[in-house]
Amino acid sequence: MLVFIIRRMMQSVVVLLVMSLLVFLGVFAIGNPVDILISPQADQEDIKRTIAALGLDKPLWEQYWIFLQNALHGNLGMSFAHGTPALRLIFERMPATMELAVCAILLAIFLGIPLGLWAGLRPNGVAGKSIMTVSILGFSLPTFWVGLMLIMVFAVQLGWLPSNGRGETVRVLGIPLSFLTVDGIRHLILPAVTLSLLNIAMVIRLTRAGTQEAMLQDYVKFARAKGLSNSRIVGVHVLKNIMIPIVTVIALQFGSIIAFAIVTESIFAWPGMGKLIIDSIQLLDRPVIVAYLMVIVTLFILINLAVDIVYSMLDPRVRIADNKG
Amino acid sequence: MSLRTVKKAMGGMLAETLGKTAAAVLLAGAIGLGLAGPAQAVDLKIAMSSPPTSMDPHFYNLFSNINVSEHVFDSLVKLDPDSRIIPGLAESWKLVNNLTWEFKIRKGVKWHDGSELTTEDVVWSLDRPATILNSPGKFDVYTKAIINKKVIDKYTIQLTTNQPYPLMLNDLTSIFMVQKKATQGLTSDDFAQGKGMIGTGPFKFVSYARDDRVELVKNPDYWGPKPAWDKVTLRFIPNPATRLAALLSGDVQAIENVPTPDLPKVRQDPKLSFFSKISHRVIYLYFDAKRDKSPFVTTKDGQPMDKNPLKDARVRNAISMAINRQGIKDRLMEGLSEPTNNLVPPTLFGYNPALKTVKYDPEGAKKLLAEAGYPNGFGVTLHTPNNRYVNDEKIAQTIAQNLTRIGIATKVEGMPMATYSSKGIKHEWSFGLLGWGAQTGEVSSPLRALLACEDSKKGFGTTNWGEYCNPKMDVVLEKALATVDDGERSKLLQEATAIAINDGGIVPIHQQVTTWATQKGITYTPRTDERTYAHNFKPQ
Repeated sequence: MLVFIIRRMMQSVVVLLVMSLLVFLGVFAIGNPVDILISPQADQEDIKRTIAALGLDKPLWEQYWIFLQNALHGNLGMSFAHGTPALRLIFERMPATMELAVCAILLAIFLGIPLGLWAGLRPNGVAGKSIMTVSILGFSLPTFWVGLMLIMVFAVQLGWLPSNGRGETVRVLGIPLSFLTVDGIRHLILPAVTLSLLNIAMVIRLTRAGTQEAMLQDYVKFARAKGLSNSRIVGVHVLKNIMIPIVTVIALQFGSIIAFAIVTESIFAWPGMGKLIIDSIQLLDRPVIVAYLMVIVTLFILINLAVDIVYSMLDPRVRIADNKG
Repeated sequence: MSLRTVKKAMGGMLAETLGKTAAAVLLAGAIGLGLAGPAQAVDLKIAMSSPPTSMDPHFYNLFSNINVSEHVFDSLVKLDPDSRIIPGLAESWKLVNNLTWEFKIRKGVKWHDGSELTTEDVVWSLDRPATILNSPGKFDVYTKAIINKKVIDKYTIQLTTNQPYPLMLNDLTSIFMVQKKATQGLTSDDFAQGKGMIGTGPFKFVSYARDDRVELVKNPDYWGPKPAWDKVTLRFIPNPATRLAALLSGDVQAIENVPTPDLPKVRQDPKLSFFSKISHRVIYLYFDAKRDKSPFVTTKDGQPMDKNPLKDARVRNAISMAINRQGIKDRLMEGLSEPTNNLVPPTLFGYNPALKTVKYDPEGAKKLLAEAGYPNGFGVTLHTPNNRYVNDEKIAQTIAQNLTRIGIATKVEGMPMATYSSKGIKHEWSFGLLGWGAQTGEVSSPLRALLACEDSKKGFGTTNWGEYCNPKMDVVLEKALATVDDGERSKLLQEATAIAINDGGIVPIHQQVTTWATQKGITYTPRTDERTYAHNFKPQ
C-alpha cells in the first residue's frame, strides 16, 4: 500500500509540472497581461516600466524558472490585479466554495439515494416513473437557467429566500463558515440546490439501477426465505452492496463540483474560488490562474487517491497490488 | 390527588409561570429598545457591477477601485456630475506663473480619526503613488508632471511643473489624499484589513470582504454635504440578471448598469425609479491607416488587395455616412445612446459644437466611395470585443449590415476583450470597434491616445491601433497641451478635433448612456463619469 501511495505522489508531481507549464504557455499565447490591466491613460514609458516591475519583460523560460523556484518555497506569485499573494486569494475563498460543494453533495446523498431506492423498488409504480422523469430534467436543464429561475420564484416573486450572496459567518478554527447561522443557511439553500441538481439525478439513476439488479440476486431471495423484514433486507443488505459504485461516483463528482461551481457562483454572487478564476482569466492575471489550477489538480489527485484506498477497503475482492514482478 | 397528578400540576404551573415571565421579559425588552433606542437608522445597499481589487486608493488605476475609494477619501479637486472641475479638499487655486500652481487647502477638515488635514498629508499623498509596488496601473501617470512641491504654510502649497501643464487640475481629480501617519510603512495589501483606511470622505470604512461587499458608516464630521445614510453596503454582483433580481427582491435598494434586455420592464415598473445620463465613453471605429496591404481588407470575392482603401479619407468618411446611428439608438440601444461626431459629450472641455453628427446617407456614401475609386466596394472584416461595451458585438453587426448595403461586404469577428486588445495593441486588425472614456474630463485625453502619431517619448498614440498619423493635428494638439489659458486651449482643442474627425481619423458612433435603477423613494444624481456614489443617493 505504501509503495502504491508513493508511486501516486510521484506521478502527481509530474502532472502538476506539466499543467503549470501548459498554463504558462497558454496565457502567454493570449497576450500581455499589462495591456489589459494598465490604464489607457498611461503612455509607452509607463507601460514599459510596469512590464519590468511585474517581471514580464524576461524571456518566458526565465519567468517559468523563477516561478518554479518560488513554488518550492510555497510562493505561487503575486496576483497582478489584486497585489496579494495568489495562494492567499485562493485560500480566502476556499471555505465558501467548500461549503457550497459539501452541501450539494449532502443533498445528492440524502435526496438521491432514498429517491433512487424508491424508484428501484417500485419501478413500475407512479412514484417510480415520475422520479425517473424528474431525474431526466436534472440532467438536461442548464445550471444557469435553473439558478435564475429559482431566484425569480423564491426571491423575487415569493420573497422567501435571499437572491444572492453568502449569509452571516461564524469563525470555527479561524475559518468563516456560514451554515452555522440561520441567515447563512437561508443563503445556502438556493445555490446548493442549483449545484446539486445534476448529482441528485445521477445518484438517483445509479441507485435505481443498482437496486433493481440487487433485488434479483439470490441472497435477497434467501434473506426473504429466512424471514427477514423488508426494511432490513433493503436497508442493510441491498444498500451495502450497491454502495460501492455510488460512493466512487460521488467522490469523483465532488472534485468536479468544486472545480465547476463557477456558473453557480457567478449567478448567486457567491464569493468562492470559481468566480475568482473566471475574473482572473478575463484579466489575464496569470499568477492566480496558475495557482488556482494547481490547487484544483492537487485536490483531484488527493480525492482520486482517497477513493482508490476506500474502494479497496470496501470491496474485499480488490487489493491494491504492490507490484513485485 | 395522586403524586403524579400533583407533579403534573406543579410542572404545568411552573411551565406556565416560566412562559409568562419569558414573554414579559421579551416584551419589556422590545419596548425598552423601542423607547430608549435612537431614531431609525437609514441604511442603503447598492449593487455594483464590478468588484474592486484593492482598498488602497493609490494601488491600481481601475474604475471599480476608484469608485469605492471616493466614498472614504477625497481628492484636492473633484468632478461634478457633468465632469466639470469643482473644488474638493482644495477650496481655491491660482496660477502663480506658467509653471507654478498654488492651492489653498480647506481649513478644519478632519480625518476619520479626528486629526486635521494639513499640507504635510498632501505632500505625502502626492509622493506615494510613485512608490507603489506591483501595480499593473500606477497612479503616478497623474503625478509625474509635478517636479517640485513647496509647502508655504499649513494650508497652502505650490506645485511646479517643468513645462506649462494645463492638465494639472484634471490629473489631481484622480489622486486621493491619505493620512501620512496612518499609511506610513503600509503595503497595499494591508488596506484590505482596514489599516490606513483613514480618509476625509463622507463615509468611514468598516470592512471589506473581497469580491463580496464593502461596509461603510456615515462620517458625521464630513466637511461637505452630509450623506443621507447611516450605514452603506456596497455589494458586488457582476452577473446582470442577478443584480436586477437583487433589486426586485429588495435585497438591495439601488443598482448600477441596468441590464439592457430588462430596460423596458424597469422603466415601466411602478415600484422602481430609473436614472440615466450621457457617459464620457465614446464608441468608435478605427482604421488601418498605415499598411498598403492590410490583412483583413480584400476584394469582394476575398482576394487580397494591393492598395488599402481605408487609407483614403473619402472611404472613411463614406463609411461614417453609411452608418445609421439613429437606428442603432432607437432599435438596438433602447434609446440609450447619443449619436455623435465628437470624442467627448457636450459638457466636457474641448467639445466642438461645430462638428455635427453625420447624417445617415447611404446614397451619398456610395457616391463618395465611387469618387474614391471603389464604385463596387470591397470586402473587410470588422473586429470587435464581445464582453466590454454595451451591446458591442450587436453594434458591430448592425454597422456591418449598413456597410454591406453600400457595397462594402463586411464580416464581423467578435472576441473577449483580453484577446482583442492583446492583438489590437500589436496593430493586427484592419478595421475595428473600440471605446474610450475621457477620465480626465477633457478632450486632449482621446486626442493624445487615439489620434496622435505614435511617439513613446511624448506618450502619444498609446491606443492608436490603426496607426493614424496627421502631423497637422499633432502640431495643434501639442500647442494646446502647453497652453494654460482655458479659453485659448479650448479653441485649440476644438481645432485639433475638427482636423482629425474631418479627415476620418476615427469614426465616432455614439456616446454611451449609463443607467441606474432604485426602489421608488430613492433618487440618484446621475454622473457623466459613470461613477456610482452612495452620497449622491437621497431619499425622496
